Amino acid sequence: MTLLARTADSLFWSGRYMERADFVARLLDAAQRLSTLPMRETDPYRAWESAISSAGVASAFHARHGAADEAEVREFMAFDRDNASSILACLTAVRSNMRSIRTAVTAELWETVNGAYDELKRLQAARHDREAFARFLEWLKTVALAFDGAAHRTMLRNDAYWFLRLGGEIERADNTARLLDVKYHLLLPPDERVGGGLDYFQWTTLLREVSAFTAYRWLYRESVRPWLIADMLILNRQLPRSLACCQAAIAGHLDDLAEAYGRRGLSQRLASGMLSRLSATRIETLFQGGLHEFIQAFLADNNKLAAAIAEQYLS
Amino acid sequence: MRIRVAHTTRYLYDAPVRWMLQALRMTPQPHEGQHLVAWRLETDADVRLRAEHDVFGNIVHMLQVERAPHELAVQVEGEVETFDTAGVVRGAVERLPPRLYLRETGLTAAAPEIRAFAQDATREAGPDLLSRLHLLMIAIRREVAFAPGVTDTKTTAAQALALRRGVCQDMAHLFIAAARSLGAPARYVSGHLVRTDTEAQQAAHAWAEAHIPDLGWVAFDPANGVCATEGHLRVAIGLDYAASAPVRGAVYGGGTERLSVSLRVADAAKVRSQAQAQSQA
Amino acid sequence: MAIFDEMHGLPGPDLPEAVRPAYRRVARWVAEAPPDLLDARRRQAELFFRRIGITFAVYGQADSTERLIPFDIIPRILSRSEWAELERGLVQRVEALNAFLADLYGPREILKAGVIPEDLIFQNPHFRLEMIGVQPPSGVYVHVAGIDLVRTGTDGFYVLEDNLRTPSGVSYMLENREMMMRLFPDMFMEHHVQPVEVYPDALRAVLRSVAPEGVNDPCVAVLTPGPYNSAYYEHSFLADKIGVELVEASDLFVRDEQVFMRTTQGAKRVDVVYRRTDDDFIDPLSFRPDSALGVPGLMSAYRAGSVTLANAVGTGVADDKAVYTYVPDIVRFYKGQEPILKNVPTFRCREPDDLAQVLDRLPELVVKEVNGSGGYGMLVGPKATLAEIEAFRARLVADPDGYIAQPTLALSTCPTLVEEGVAPRHVDLRPFVLTGAHGSEVIPGGLTRVALTAGSLVVNSSQGGGTKDTWVLDE
Repeated sequence: MTLLARTADSLFWSGRYMERADFVARLLDAAQRLSTLPMRETDPYRAWESAISSAGVASAFHARHGAADEAEVREFMAFDRDNASSILACLTAVRSNMRSIRTAVTAELWETVNGAYDELKRLQAARHDREAFARFLEWLKTVALAFDGAAHRTMLRNDAYWFLRLGGEIERADNTARLLDVKYHLLLPPDERVGGGLDYFQWTTLLREVSAFTAYRWLYRESVRPWLIADMLILNRQLPRSLACCQAAIAGHLDDLAEAYGRRGLSQRLASGMLSRLSATRIETLFQGGLHEFIQAFLADNNKLAAAIAEQYLS
Repeated sequence: MRIRVAHTTRYLYDAPVRWMLQALRMTPQPHEGQHLVAWRLETDADVRLRAEHDVFGNIVHMLQVERAPHELAVQVEGEVETFDTAGVVRGAVERLPPRLYLRETGLTAAAPEIRAFAQDATREAGPDLLSRLHLLMIAIRREVAFAPGVTDTKTTAAQALALRRGVCQDMAHLFIAAARSLGAPARYVSGHLVRTDTEAQQAAHAWAEAHIPDLGWVAFDPANGVCATEGHLRVAIGLDYAASAPVRGAVYGGGTERLSVSLRVADAAKVRSQAQAQSQA
Repeated sequence: MAIFDEMHGLPGPDLPEAVRPAYRRVARWVAEAPPDLLDARRRQAELFFRRIGITFAVYGQADSTERLIPFDIIPRILSRSEWAELERGLVQRVEALNAFLADLYGPREILKAGVIPEDLIFQNPHFRLEMIGVQPPSGVYVHVAGIDLVRTGTDGFYVLEDNLRTPSGVSYMLENREMMMRLFPDMFMEHHVQPVEVYPDALRAVLRSVAPEGVNDPCVAVLTPGPYNSAYYEHSFLADKIGVELVEASDLFVRDEQVFMRTTQGAKRVDVVYRRTDDDFIDPLSFRPDSALGVPGLMSAYRAGSVTLANAVGTGVADDKAVYTYVPDIVRFYKGQEPILKNVPTFRCREPDDLAQVLDRLPELVVKEVNGSGGYGMLVGPKATLAEIEAFRARLVADPDGYIAQPTLALSTCPTLVEEGVAPRHVDLRPFVLTGAHGSEVIPGGLTRVALTAGSLVVNSSQGGGTKDTWVLDE
């Protein structure tokens, strides 16, 4: 079994960029929904500002644009080639990564990516009113589903598949963690709340951004409580976007690699450490230590893990 | 003359080097006009170093480093005994037939201007090739002013002729292109020169060799307008600079590369007497 | 000038509708099939090619609409006896060219014997000094050759060009056959067509056979300049079919004069590199220093004998247009035989007598630059204006060494499905010759290129050329 490091790198980044495109689409979807709700207390830019900060591109946006106005945020996050996290940039990156390793992926997966790229260029050319843009976001989510589906249904379960999935899970953990970091002040227990005016809409927006509104009701059977949202997004292994769930998947794929190659390394050690720390954590103790500090540490660990994977396998 | 060379090439990087490979043509070979007393090539880090011969017969050290520090130095130290042979190079390693050195390269292409220059410069010499090449050498020294910084390693012979300015490398290229246009096989020499007329020693030097029937290879130094003397230490040859450059390399990682070269070339006898004088004083 | 048709032979008053035996059944099928059926099949072929992603050439373009090279559904057919003669001629020619290269980079006997002028070799930029004294395994330099042939009559095959560097097009040969078998399974039941599908296996065997000495189970890789190269599709197709890694330069590195590829499990030794990168770009330490497509130190490893490059470096000196004119002499010199395949009669403009004749007959000749390719820097006398001819005359006089000239040939035609129905179009043929430790073999078939414009002799895909499946009958 031989897999070129460059091929593995391209698979890893294909996985990452597809996940990022999907995340951006969900942020935009949530922002659009939030901005259409009647909210006296919030200014009209708040929903869109939230979307760009959750995507981690607020400073890049403000460097070139003024206030976070709906049309400009949509354009910036969906179609701006100069924004490396735009949906267009992400899909372009997925396609060019896959094109250079065409024979390492199945025809189904390649056709999904190539077809989506062609369609995206067509959609980009069309002007978008709100309704059309909503349809565009729905379409993008189906692309992500088709991507995962094609990979799941057609790829051999070997190292190529694991690197693709690893990229997706690392990115997903990063996205969830960054979202939490931007919104942590909303999730603090009542007596420690930063600022006032805690808003039910903002909690539900957060849940929608990770597509977990329905899941929350299933998992907690309670009205929306901020610390339970934090518990779900960080520690609940049943939720596919939770840090714990991503971390378990990452550790699992790294174990698969270690077994196939007959060698364990730094990335396996880091992943096991992160997973056992998460498993030992309760939401109460987590809040005692500080949610913000916890998320910051997780983001740093996740970056370190990605670097270790790159060093061990991808170069 | 006993020539002593101390030569340090220092590579500085602003990021760690993942991998580097350098082809070093820094080690001379003997011929009747030069005898190697001692020669060492040393580095200040753990490297892979292997010597091989290239097609021209030069010794090439392939230096390879993986995950190198930000700084690496290659030091060359040696002593060579040289003799005046009136520029004639005999007993050198010859791997190729002389006629192969008629081959043009990008740096030494004989543009029409070069052909015309060669004809004009040598008209008075008659048919004797050696005399014609002497006149050619003198003409280059006369027509092309020594001017550092005007040209670089990619400057062609034709460009140097148009500029009428350049350094020893350009003059060597011009001589080679012109000599070949006259039917004389010619090649580039990279080496060192101990100047006897001045204390200031310039950096690495370059000149040319041309092949004369019945006489063999003769070294012409157009920058100085002389055939090679005992002050000329011959290190590597090739069709042009690109083929005989002291350093040619590839680096991955490392960010920006800075190369600093320090070179001391001296007449060993003088160095010793000075050293003695200092210790006594 | 009478034009030979592959299906109908030479036109003659007695036999206006004669059909050559090998084409009997196909001719009947073409005649009897309703026109819309042929058109439907053609469209079906195009759909298949698009769907399974067999697009060619323009992977590098910014948009993803990769282009299809037109495929013609009427096959070009060679009888067993025609092929047998071609095959002997191709093997003889490629063996002689390999011997020529071994001689040039070794003792240079052919130059000493005065058969070829020394400066034609020594001044040739494709004569690579770095190869002098290098002995590739089994003495093979050209592992894969594509020899371009044209035909003017029943026995009239001529070599137009030898491609000995990184010849491409073999993927078309394989994909075209695949397509024909999908579209017309019945025709393959009726004809005994020799298989071309053996090519990947044969290539793999050749590459393994020339591994460095002492390597029992060699690791082979295909080296591509990358996705932006026009033949990238073919590179990845071949790597896939041979079952080896497709590597780019950045995947390889050299340590201690050995070549390794970077894998997820660390460095893995590579023994044989089927490289589709040109000499100039293969190693920045030896050739163009600005090449980002190269592997630094690869030539050191190659010279040390620890890796085999296929094709060898420096084969371009033997397919140069000036050297081409000497290939019949090269065959005689090394094989001691008369060449089986003819060269197109060629004037060497470097020789005064030839030059005088060429200048005299410019309007009827094709003049080519010795170092040109792809139809650039070329004069086609019969199609040129007076001004163009005079301009070219001046260039010829100024630099006669740079040119050769040939008479315009009456290329054969083959029935082809075009807009107005089935009509004759000019064709050429590129068979592929593989050479390994155990000798040379020719895969029965090749790439037939067809000029789709009526009367055009230009078969290049960049200028409106298409391709056909090429059948060699085994009956």
